[in-house]
Amino acid sequence: MSNKLSKLLIVASAAVFVSSPALAQEVPGHGVFILNSLLFLIGGFLVMFMACGFCMLEAGLVRAKNTTMQLTKNVALFSLAAVGYYLIGYNLMYPLDTWAIDKVFSGVFPAVAVMEAVGVTPDKVDDLSYAATGSDFFFQLMFCAATASIVSGVLAERIKLWPFLAFTFMLTAVIYPLQASWKWGGGFLDAMGFLDFAGSTVVHSVGGWAALAGVLILGPRIGKYKDGRVVPMPGANLPLATLGTFILWLGWFGFNGGSQLAMGTVGDVADISRIFANTNAAAAGGALVALALTQVVYGKVDLTMVLNGALAGLVSITAEPLTPTLGVATLIGGVGGVIVVFAVPLLDKLKIDDVVGAIPVHLFAGIWGTLAVAFTNADASFGTQIIGIAIVGAFTLVASGVVWFVINSIVGIRVSEEDELAGLDSAELGMDSYPEFSR
Amino acid sequence: MKGLKMKYIIAIIQPGKLDDVHSTLLELGVSGLTVTEVQGYGRQKGKSEIYRGAEYVVNFLPKIKVEVAVPSKLAPKVVDAIKTSSSSGKIGDGKIFTFDLADALRIRTGETGQAAL
Repeated sequence: MSNKLSKLLIVASAAVFVSSPALAQEVPGHGVFILNSLLFLIGGFLVMFMACGFCMLEAGLVRAKNTTMQLTKNVALFSLAAVGYYLIGYNLMYPLDTWAIDKVFSGVFPAVAVMEAVGVTPDKVDDLSYAATGSDFFFQLMFCAATASIVSGVLAERIKLWPFLAFTFMLTAVIYPLQASWKWGGGFLDAMGFLDFAGSTVVHSVGGWAALAGVLILGPRIGKYKDGRVVPMPGANLPLATLGTFILWLGWFGFNGGSQLAMGTVGDVADISRIFANTNAAAAGGALVALALTQVVYGKVDLTMVLNGALAGLVSITAEPLTPTLGVATLIGGVGGVIVVFAVPLLDKLKIDDVVGAIPVHLFAGIWGTLAVAFTNADASFGTQIIGIAIVGAFTLVASGVVWFVINSIVGIRVSEEDELAGLDSAELGMDSYPEFSR
Repeated sequence: MKGLKMKYIIAIIQPGKLDDVHSTLLELGVSGLTVTEVQGYGRQKGKSEIYRGAEYVVNFLPKIKVEVAVPSKLAPKVVDAIKTSSSSGKIGDGKIFTFDLADALRIRTGETGQAAL
């Protein structure tokens, strides 16, 4: 209790110091440790709620007969990520300069994540100049889980539950953390100057590549492409899809803002504020561009594209939410909206059946956002950004492809035609989302 | 009782016209009606819509089916009232069908014929 009180006093005194720039740059005492940890905790629970956002978005965009299954996959993948990241992922991603293969493969692997001791004293914490290890693990786990959430929407309505979860484990325990160590763990991508602030490439494009590998093996839904035509399968519940989008939009403030990774100076707090405002601006830009473009191109506004547009705007700004002005952030997000409106029909032309539009939103806008860093950040170069995008993309596509192929060869990843037509809710779960409504 | 003839009228109308039809039938003294949400098409056929950049045809459009049983004498007025109150003059307004009704029975009391209406 007295410990908590002293922490509160330090935070309070820190606030006084922060507001008077004549005094020390950093908050005194253990303020940096406390405020950084606080940032990770707040950012982390905001990103945690993005799991709900993905879940609602997907539940809204699948047909009613697959709703319960989509909800099940989302809650299961989020929970499984917590286990995979704990067992293997965290220490694979953060080798702390202990490499088995220099700047490529962590030397602390395999080892489970360990937090600081209960009631740890300042001299015993892992890194007093940074943040509590528990807060760091919690925050980083949420990013790992977000990556897995991206995959489930693309493959909806025809993939079996358990094979999907087997892939989720491999993604969250190995594939995501390994490539993330190359940038955020201080690996070779970081060393060569590749910039990705909150993960347009490390998180979003990785989710997109993993999903793309899966959908190429899985194939489109039955009846989606018939006689050279695209047969739309409208989502069951647009209010849920819209709710999900707003939840993701909210969570993104934690995603990008928390990625400042520091809150102990005036500069850090001002930067976090810039990031929040830019993140919002990009989402607005993406939504507005999709709104206007669908009106012009199709003659009618398409809400599902507007929702995708907002999310593409968010993904676009994620690689560099700090340096752009509000205007440039809006434009960067707006290009994300353009990408969505043209990439969704393009994927259909290629017979790649992405139920929720996650490949345009997370993969294509993720690539765009990573390139766009070079427009506003003098430390970035297009060449290095392209190399980073290509290496992460090639690795994730191949690694995911191998995992999908192996799972498919052993147990098969696709449900039977009969089950797909009946809907996964009754075929795989025997449980309808709304049993008291007749269809 | 058996001699008093009755008609059974089924009207397929635009969903937005139900309130108007209902109030005119009330004015005529029609003592009850049954309403169902239905789907179908007539000369209007379906319509094409766009979802995520792909055009598709909706073959069956939403309509409302109104069913009402009335004494034969009242039937022409009822048909006329439904026609007037549900018409927009555009294609897709719907149709009205009239049948001879053999009998009716009120379940609670067992009354039959017009007394059951």
